[in-house]
Amino acid sequence: MSVSTSQNYSEIIDAVLARHRNDPTRLMQILRETQETLGWLSLETLMGIARRLHQPLARIQGVAGFYSFFHTQPLGRYRVLWSDNITDRMLGGGALMEEMCRRLWLEPGRVSEDGLVSVATTSCTGMCDQGPAMLVNYRPITRMSTQRVAEIVDLIRGEVPLEQWPAEFFRIDDNIRRRDILLGNRLAHGEAIGATLARGPQATLDEIKHSSLRGRGGAGFPTGLKWETCRNATGTGDASAHYVVCNADEGEPGTFKDRVLLTTQADLVFEGMTCAAHVVGAKRGMLYLRGEYRHLLDHLNDILARRRIERLLGDNILGHADFSFDIEIHLGAGAYVCGEESALIESLEGKRGIPRNRPPFPVTHGYLGQPTTVNNVETLAAAGLICAYGGDWFRTIGTEKSTGTKLISVSGDCTMPGIYEYPFGTDVAEILADCGANPENTQAVQISGPSGICIASDEFRRRIGFEDLSTAGAFMVFDNHRDMFEVAHNFAHFFAHESCGFCTPCRVGTTLLKNCMDKIEAGHGSEYDINEIFRINHLLQTTSHCGLGHSACNPMFDTLQKFRPAYEQRLHSLAFEPAFDLDAALSQARQMTGRDDRAAHLEDSVEVKP
Amino acid sequence: MSGAAEKQAFLLDGIEVNFQPGQTIIQAALAAGKYIPHLCYHPEFKPHGSCKLCIVNIDGHFGSACTTQATAGLPVQSETPEIRDKRRTLVQMLLVEGNHFCPSCEKSGDCLLQALGYDLGVMSPHFPQIFPVRPVDASHPDILLDFNRCILCELCVRASAEVDGKNVFAISGRGITKHLIVNSESGLLGDTNFSPADKAAKVCPVGVILVKRHGFAVPIGQRRFDLKPISEQPKPAVAIPESKPESAP
Repeated sequence: MSVSTSQNYSEIIDAVLARHRNDPTRLMQILRETQETLGWLSLETLMGIARRLHQPLARIQGVAGFYSFFHTQPLGRYRVLWSDNITDRMLGGGALMEEMCRRLWLEPGRVSEDGLVSVATTSCTGMCDQGPAMLVNYRPITRMSTQRVAEIVDLIRGEVPLEQWPAEFFRIDDNIRRRDILLGNRLAHGEAIGATLARGPQATLDEIKHSSLRGRGGAGFPTGLKWETCRNATGTGDASAHYVVCNADEGEPGTFKDRVLLTTQADLVFEGMTCAAHVVGAKRGMLYLRGEYRHLLDHLNDILARRRIERLLGDNILGHADFSFDIEIHLGAGAYVCGEESALIESLEGKRGIPRNRPPFPVTHGYLGQPTTVNNVETLAAAGLICAYGGDWFRTIGTEKSTGTKLISVSGDCTMPGIYEYPFGTDVAEILADCGANPENTQAVQISGPSGICIASDEFRRRIGFEDLSTAGAFMVFDNHRDMFEVAHNFAHFFAHESCGFCTPCRVGTTLLKNCMDKIEAGHGSEYDINEIFRINHLLQTTSHCGLGHSACNPMFDTLQKFRPAYEQRLHSLAFEPAFDLDAALSQARQMTGRDDRAAHLEDSVEVKP
Repeated sequence: MSGAAEKQAFLLDGIEVNFQPGQTIIQAALAAGKYIPHLCYHPEFKPHGSCKLCIVNIDGHFGSACTTQATAGLPVQSETPEIRDKRRTLVQMLLVEGNHFCPSCEKSGDCLLQALGYDLGVMSPHFPQIFPVRPVDASHPDILLDFNRCILCELCVRASAEVDGKNVFAISGRGITKHLIVNSESGLLGDTNFSPADKAAKVCPVGVILVKRHGFAVPIGQRRFDLKPISEQPKPAVAIPESKPESAP
């Protein structure tokens, strides 16, 4: 890296640290901003940060080493990361990446000799409805094609700055296909806050409880109960406070609804956060935005700035003397596990994103050990609506146990991928029909991403809702010509890459699973390996530290139950080894039918696919 | 809860085990002389809950004995064939994750991982070896670091930060690439103020942090777990300095 002078270099770090008041809890933002300026995080840079923060160097290195988007080695002036979700692959992402590497004379994962460019893969970037997608220096480019690869290779070779690349490359579509209460929201700015202030915190909490709103991140915890527990918890020590955190670390492969909500309804989300703050008694809120959504940062900060001018944030909100609250965007750096709320809080505190031991739960001991309510983007948006229109209104939508609507991120084999908002209780068949998937030709839908459930065509009457198919929103469609083994294989790689490594079963187990699937894929598998998958599945489900480990085997488990032939056609041998010559035993039948062609011999029919 | 003076007990494999309010299952069990396997737990440190060797069935659910508070009447199962199988599998996972060659390891006989392997009936690593590349660090005059044997229990990290106040160790990487690092510009232990007298030099349950020139002070065959299986030595819970010759019978 050519930094002009060391003094200059020092000034850059000083400026970043001054912006963050030399606060070690802000380490994530410090590392990100430093890297954005200097290109990568050299040892010298990390030492500079450690010295100024009065932190051990190894602690800073440990944080930098945890997140995929921080790099302590130079990775080229252009860093290309191809989204490696199965939906990107189905759209040809893998071949396009190879094409790009071939044109750049580059091996995936390696930096070019001249230090110009590196090309690698990354976990799902949340652009499944407009893939194949990739990131160039952490900026998303969608709809990749052979032509676009050629153009980008030329731009990289010509060392054209990203700012001068065609704006069309960076266009991101919302692809909203069906609107209901959330995406159709037309509340005036401050309407929900006004209603909340008029009603008061307790009565607002009662409305949320009455609405039966449940968390939209997948777990479905009752929002009212979460807010109430947080409200009733007392903070500890001199820094006693309550916090509201919006979980926008939308990392589940196949999910992109929070991206669209934050693009089109950010005011409603912030409104929901502000109402939550009034209920729980928080002065500070944070929105944890996944690193892949870096492109939304300026947009969100602009809206926050506008809301401050509108007196919807800051001191004395809407002239209410007792209500001050502000929101800050905190950017993640490529770690799926930070979607788990306690890992997210660790990350907010500037640490490695390791899920905490619970209890205590974040709702009583969260950010900096203080009561913290962590809610999903969609949950907070819905809460904002409830604050404005009331719980009774909300209960009229959806089903008894699943009130309201759900945003579904549809991708895969359909003609109209994008965001669909449905009342809870909608069945899978209806969604398939709406998104233009051929019901005759669809073999499976992956609901709620790799950690969710894979359903086969005989289950398409199942309904979206906490009673049946609980989902964070991913809906990946696979038609009959897709290989469901490849789907599970992709997900196995995802979990191995995203395991935080804290507990033994998940750290080692996800890699053993990945290796097992690689082995089957390479044609070296046998029934023994299938049994190993079941065995590891059982161990991970029962002994892992957090939900990532608990669900890491779901894709293999589901596809083995429902699409076993996809595995068996790859096995080198089935467990059953006949003690006698099966082919010879068929000789009588051959004689009777007068056949002796290749197809009449067993050897050929069980031959392993190369 | 009723008066603290009242004796409270939970049921460990059907046998009553008394506990003090605030004690975890493993604390109460070890105090009562009942062994529950563990690697990352150490009585002098806050429970970590990462190795999962102390997995028990708590009233129908699996959980770590080191992070779960004991409550009166709580039924806890530890020594069942199913749980022993889980623990055996976890030890096998740790064995294939690192590079463990017991016959050439100077910690053999004093190593918790090895002792648990024997105790749980680990006859082979079972899984394909991962064979990570982990260079040793011999830069310190008195200490050898052999990362090949690291099981990532983070006891040395905790001891150096909480007891020694030196922060000599930290963790970097993620998932299977997670690894122990040393706090110095060079990344070498020789460039730190680490000392064999540090608490962190005494807590490693396996053979990563080795005091030089002491490796075979006690001959193989006369070491702690050569004499008695680990399950018959519930106390001391972890802290095992190198066996002293005089302590060997």
